[in-house]
Amino acid sequence: MPARLFLAVDQPWVDWGWLSTHVPYVWDAVVQHLELTVVAVVVGLAISLVLGVLAHLWRPLRFPVLTVFGAFYTIPSIALFALLIPITGLSGTSAEIPLIGYNVLILVRNVMVGLDAVPAEVLDAADGMGYRRFARLVAVELPLAVPAIFAGLRVAVVSTIGIVTITAVIGLGGLGQLILRGLIQDFRTPLVVATALCIVIALFADLALAGAQRLVVPWGRSS
Amino acid sequence: MSIGDLWRWLVDPANWQGSDGIPTRLGEQVHVSVESVAIGAAIALPVGVVLGHYGRFGNLAINVSNVGRAVPSFGIIVIAFLAFGLGDGPIVLALTALAIPPMVTNSYVALREVDPDIKEAARGMGYRELAQVLRVELPLAVPLIMAGVRTSAVQVVATATLAAVVAGGGFGRYIVDGLARSDYPRLVAGALLVAALALATELLLAGLQRLLVPRGIRLLSAPISHRVTTAKVA
Repeated sequence: MPARLFLAVDQPWVDWGWLSTHVPYVWDAVVQHLELTVVAVVVGLAISLVLGVLAHLWRPLRFPVLTVFGAFYTIPSIALFALLIPITGLSGTSAEIPLIGYNVLILVRNVMVGLDAVPAEVLDAADGMGYRRFARLVAVELPLAVPAIFAGLRVAVVSTIGIVTITAVIGLGGLGQLILRGLIQDFRTPLVVATALCIVIALFADLALAGAQRLVVPWGRSS
Repeated sequence: MSIGDLWRWLVDPANWQGSDGIPTRLGEQVHVSVESVAIGAAIALPVGVVLGHYGRFGNLAINVSNVGRAVPSFGIIVIAFLAFGLGDGPIVLALTALAIPPMVTNSYVALREVDPDIKEAARGMGYRELAQVLRVELPLAVPLIMAGVRTSAVQVVATATLAAVVAGGGFGRYIVDGLARSDYPRLVAGALLVAALALATELLLAGLQRLLVPRGIRLLSAPISHRVTTAKVA
């Protein structure tokens, strides 16, 4: 436990001298943070697309998918990390399984909403043009669902960047490592720098995705 | 670790009494969570309702939860601890800060989404502004407002688990101590208790929401799942 007895009361929130000599250390943490985030989002998106399309084609699948992932989503990440430790150890797998599960709930819901929102006239027109079921799905329905999927993607990325810090408890953490170090050493600089970087990276990722959405679907402004 | 070890830990009378017993830990976690959500609601709901009623500062009300989602809960808990020291106070402060954004956004959206025709009708029937808000707009807004309270409450309970990392109490203690001592039954039991508490919070508030929503409106309310702000910060 961190000892409070020797707390330097007038410790500055950011020690710029320490920061200037620890840029590579902070950078490594950022890289690990981004790796954990990207894997969780990309795998989550892949699973969500498959599940979302299946649930779109076969409606009875919707309720079990939303219920199971909804319950999973409600469970705090630290509990899921802890549950996985006896099975997959202090590893990236233990970190990624909960993060991926959370993203699946956010994204699969948006895939379903996006596919549902395709107007019936569009489907009729596609059928009239001779599209078969699968071709219509890939060439017509999924592209029209992209704005809804992007909206989910933005929420998923921002949430994941925050939750990745908690994986510090199982020895990973990216920027969470710096937060833990700040706590253990009663040293504010890594803690403040990591928290600020997390917020900046999350907001930047959100803006970048908003920009990407405008490029990919210039016709859609809805979110 | 086998299922038997886990079971033995859970039924061991020693784990059901004293300052590290399950009832005490449950009480600690529920206490800080309820306090944080109550204080957060007392601040967030009036702000969201007033902004939503007048339709002012909409960008602010919406973006507060976008920014809130970007704030790492773990960092906020540790900052509160290093700034203000041990005890429930700093933890409640951090949790309250996390609880506010979803409630502001959802209550703002809830008031905005009240049908303008209904407001017009209320005015035509001679309702004064305050009566209109309290007796017409708020009942219609309850489903979305409660969805915000639910989101906040579940996130607060989840984040309260992290308090154990900064020497706080609650079920998180079992996880942190279980990890530190490689005591897997304690670790896994703690994780199950945390999961059960989060699910119970969600179900309890869903039940409360059903009780609070007038029956006529319950029939009207479309699926709100994709309209409300979701948040997952812990």
